[in-house]
Amino acid sequence: MRDALRDHFVGRARWKTLEWGFWLIPIALYFIPQSNLPLLSQVLVWGLFAFSLDLLLGYRGIPSLGHAAFFGIGAYAAGFLGKYGWTEPISGLLVAALVAGLAGLATGRIVRKLHGLALLMVTLGLNMILFDFALRSTDITGGDDGLQGIVIAPVLGAFKFDMAGNTAYLYTLCVVFVCLVSVRALLKSPFGLALLGARENPRRMMALGAPIEGDLTLTFGISAAIAGLAGALLTQTTQFVSPEALAFTRSADVLVMLVIGGGAVLYGGFIGAAIFLLMRDLLSAFNPIYWYFWIGLLLVVIVSTFRKGVLPTLAVTWASWKVRRART
Amino acid sequence: MTALLTIVFNGMAYGVLLFIIAVGLSVTMGMMRFVNLAQVSLSMLGGYVMVVAVASLGWPFLASLPLAFVCVGAFSVVLERLVLRHFYGSDDLTQVLLTLGLVFMSISSAAYIWGPSFRPVQVPDWLTGQVSVLGLMLERYRLFLVVAGGLIAAALVIGLERTRFGAMVRACVDSRRAASGCGINTQLVFALTFALGGGLAGLGGALSANLLSLDPNFPLRYLVYVLIVVSVGGMGNITGSLAAALLIGVADVVGKYYVPAAGGVFIYVLTVALVMWRPQGLLGRKAA
Repeated sequence: MRDALRDHFVGRARWKTLEWGFWLIPIALYFIPQSNLPLLSQVLVWGLFAFSLDLLLGYRGIPSLGHAAFFGIGAYAAGFLGKYGWTEPISGLLVAALVAGLAGLATGRIVRKLHGLALLMVTLGLNMILFDFALRSTDITGGDDGLQGIVIAPVLGAFKFDMAGNTAYLYTLCVVFVCLVSVRALLKSPFGLALLGARENPRRMMALGAPIEGDLTLTFGISAAIAGLAGALLTQTTQFVSPEALAFTRSADVLVMLVIGGGAVLYGGFIGAAIFLLMRDLLSAFNPIYWYFWIGLLLVVIVSTFRKGVLPTLAVTWASWKVRRART
Repeated sequence: MTALLTIVFNGMAYGVLLFIIAVGLSVTMGMMRFVNLAQVSLSMLGGYVMVVAVASLGWPFLASLPLAFVCVGAFSVVLERLVLRHFYGSDDLTQVLLTLGLVFMSISSAAYIWGPSFRPVQVPDWLTGQVSVLGLMLERYRLFLVVAGGLIAAALVIGLERTRFGAMVRACVDSRRAASGCGINTQLVFALTFALGGGLAGLGGALSANLLSLDPNFPLRYLVYVLIVVSVGGMGNITGSLAAALLIGVADVVGKYYVPAAGGVFIYVLTVALVMWRPQGLLGRKAA
């Protein structure tokens, strides 16, 4: 019995070929000389941010309209550390993630009994409070001009952040990889299974004795910590942070990315971020205000045709194609 | 003291605008559980209809208001029949994303058609300047807004409580299935309510164009406020929406006047506190 259980979880956690393939793409892109590394770093940061929301929304089914709050907390934490002398990047990342995670635990504790519109409004409201605060406390945050004078020491004391963005890209890629591998392990564990159960049927999970409210608070904390890590990465690689990191539009954008890519499939957020940012890069070259039209149209099309998102739809198509091939 | 009363009055005028824009959303959300963020886009459309009618076609201001109501009401029925009704069965998030997509599209479309800059509004002379009421110097336009808002709210409450159609709407809010079982054509009731709510949003947009400044970013600027009114007031509750809108309007204006450094924080804190205290809305009943 115990062996069967063990085999089950080992099987769940096994790496699939396509997952290896996914990680080869960013590595290969690094060696292509024409790649736009700053844009690719953005994709990775946004992808990590979308992944953090996926933990809550995709795996646990809890929407948050204020996820940029945690991204911003992490970004500002890293910014303040860099400004006031703590220039070592990796420990800075960890501190930022810790701060954002604690804020997430507190938020999770507050909202764990809310549903539907009330939940959306409280997360949105908390986000707006923080944004307004950062925008108006000009003597602490620099207001609209952003936080100036952030210094980040070379990674591991050897790799300086260069203008071309080589170090920034590789640093971001490594952090994203470590982060994804650890959270992947968590999601493939019994804890991850309990989250999926609570998403599908909270009452039944409660009847099974699962501590669903405690799990929710913890998930909120982990998700916020990863969002904070993404924010800190952005601050460290750009050496700049402004209240825009906390803006409501960022919360909306990340939700859109996750929906484009698809929830609860680990890599959906990254695919969504890549599609969203590449489209924005191409389309806002014409005229920034019309960019909204295209992203709106994309949202409507995604929601009305393949609500699950790009990646799950591809997976379903792939699976049915394999079945058909096996028959012939 | 008079200063405080004048500011409270200004806040009420603002609250009335929020109420007119949000009330349709509140009723349709109560009825179909449909989260229609595009309500704010309908408001913007109303504002532009009014501006075009007054500035380009030479209509008088008062005649352009019903025009905005009718045009936007008709447009919202078309929208409901063509797009929105296919999503009644979907979950909240799908509806939020769909209508957010529509909001984004409306912003770019408005910028394309009417230009990205802010559109000034001409109001007739008898609505400009100030007038003394009970020793308070009040702006005529705001006075007009408060009176108009009071009339609209009264008409809605009487219409909902006293007429046959109002009874049908209430039946659909309480239980769509039971209402349908009694032989009420719920699809028709919903389409009509949607038209009415959309029309009111258009009217609200037309009325607010003078005060809240009309430009393509109007929907994003007021989306959060409208959502606050609906969630604090309770879905499908007209009196609750009015109370919430007035409360938010007054709190916002008073807060920004006395503590300008705090900015919008005041109403967000108020919203979070109220929603935590009563998740079903200020006057809302507990969801079944």
